[in-house]
Amino acid sequence: MSIAAAKIEAVPQPGLPPMVTIEDVTMAFGSFVAVENVNLTVGNGEFLSIVGPTGCGKSTILNAIAGLLKPAKGQVSIDGAQVKSVQNNIGYLFQQDALLPWKTAFQNVELGLMFRGVPVEERRVKVMAWLEKVGLKGFEGRFPHQLSGGQRKRVQMAQALITEPKVILMDEPFSALDIHTRHLMQNELLRLWQEDRRAVVMITHDLEEAIALGDRVVVLAAGPRSRVIESFGVDLERPRNVSEIKLDPKFMTLYRDIWASLRGEVEKSYASR
Amino acid sequence: MQAVNVRLIQITLLAVILGGWQLGVTTGVIDRFFFPAPLDIVQQVVTWVIDPGFYKHVGITLSETVLGYLIGTGLGVAAGVWLGLSPFTARILDPFIKAINAIPRVVLAPIFVLWLGLGLWSKVALAVTLVFFVTFFNAMQGVREVNPVVLSNTRILGARRSDLLRHVYFPAAASWILSSLRTSVGFAVVGAIIGEYLGASAGLGYLIARAEGNFDAVGVFAGIIILAVFVLIIDLLLDVAEKRLITWRPKAGEERPA
Repeated sequence: MSIAAAKIEAVPQPGLPPMVTIEDVTMAFGSFVAVENVNLTVGNGEFLSIVGPTGCGKSTILNAIAGLLKPAKGQVSIDGAQVKSVQNNIGYLFQQDALLPWKTAFQNVELGLMFRGVPVEERRVKVMAWLEKVGLKGFEGRFPHQLSGGQRKRVQMAQALITEPKVILMDEPFSALDIHTRHLMQNELLRLWQEDRRAVVMITHDLEEAIALGDRVVVLAAGPRSRVIESFGVDLERPRNVSEIKLDPKFMTLYRDIWASLRGEVEKSYASR
Repeated sequence: MQAVNVRLIQITLLAVILGGWQLGVTTGVIDRFFFPAPLDIVQQVVTWVIDPGFYKHVGITLSETVLGYLIGTGLGVAAGVWLGLSPFTARILDPFIKAINAIPRVVLAPIFVLWLGLGLWSKVALAVTLVFFVTFFNAMQGVREVNPVVLSNTRILGARRSDLLRHVYFPAAASWILSSLRTSVGFAVVGAIIGEYLGASAGLGYLIARAEGNFDAVGVFAGIIILAVFVLIIDLLLDVAEKRLITWRPKAGEERPA
């Protein structure tokens, strides 16, 4: 099903130097091609949302940026350096729980700094500051099973951000949370990101989340052989409040436009099941 | 109230059984030679317990158990983590491991006595062969079942291979080993006792074997009671250890002692 190759270049907002470049990337598992010929550039300090129907290979793109998977074709680079192995200059927020269950909140947040050989005292100060930042002061001695789902996400955020990564990757980070906690966490995330803007690539199937958080929304086609079909700039003012922004007329126009593009793909992905 | 009632019934039951037994022996219904009177057994236990020489035997059995447990666990963890991390080697060694594990350990006792003599080490060796496989399989399972997301996350945070071993693989294996703690300590006790029973000059198993050799049923029964108490005390200590060691886990593993 190859549509006459109209190559869509998804470029960042003008004025931002590129941080992540994905060139002609094809991700395949054996004969199964998840995504094909994807081109994407994420500017430094840009928040990019990627939406697409389930099973379209969104996560494989993130894993290619992280260096966890090798592209079958094409190349990925972060800040000009080609990604060849697992990257340590990124932060990755997984959908699932990725905390070590045998370490306390403090020890979990500490990991990145410890692996980098930061001295104990400096580590302690930073970890405590980050736990306070994510609203977990007083919870440093708790084990993951003693924390709620939202609190565990907060620990994960602190864990991913404490190393000051160049790029933050998020794979449906809040999809496992209930709706109120999700809004709370989205606002929290925006607040943290606003303080210190870094390039973000977030994958989601929730279009509202994609628009409310992102500077740009990229739509992926239904898989297999998924590719980028359209890119929309989100010109909503920051700082944003996730629960209020949905009433903004600009938000609604954007939602309608992007949904028009996404709907066809979602229907296709259902039809092919 | 309920708990008190249960205790009361238990005590009554015990009194009835032991009382009936004692009565049976004194009236001659039960043969004293095969089933010695409970009072005689208690007397024998008391004689042993107040005799300082008896604790030499307890000490020896205890050191065999502890050494067997520690060495068996150490080797089991090392082998389990190694084979868990290299599936290729695991595939090659798989039939050999299965074959060795299929040998009933008791038949190894004479060989260990031949190799290591009648002393402590032949018993330790027997305990090690029993403990090793429990720990080995648990450690391998623990390493194989590490959540891949957790692993990816730790690697992205900058962990090198040695960091992964220390912070991910060993703790993952350790949690499985702790859940089999009772089973493997139970096996260590069994190994030590069987070893002593089959050929030794000291230890609780030796006491039983000696009594048996003298057709001294009182001694055999007293030895069995001492052993039961010995295992109960170890169990109690393990309870405390388990609670302290697995604070990070919501529930302790449900494993029964061997």
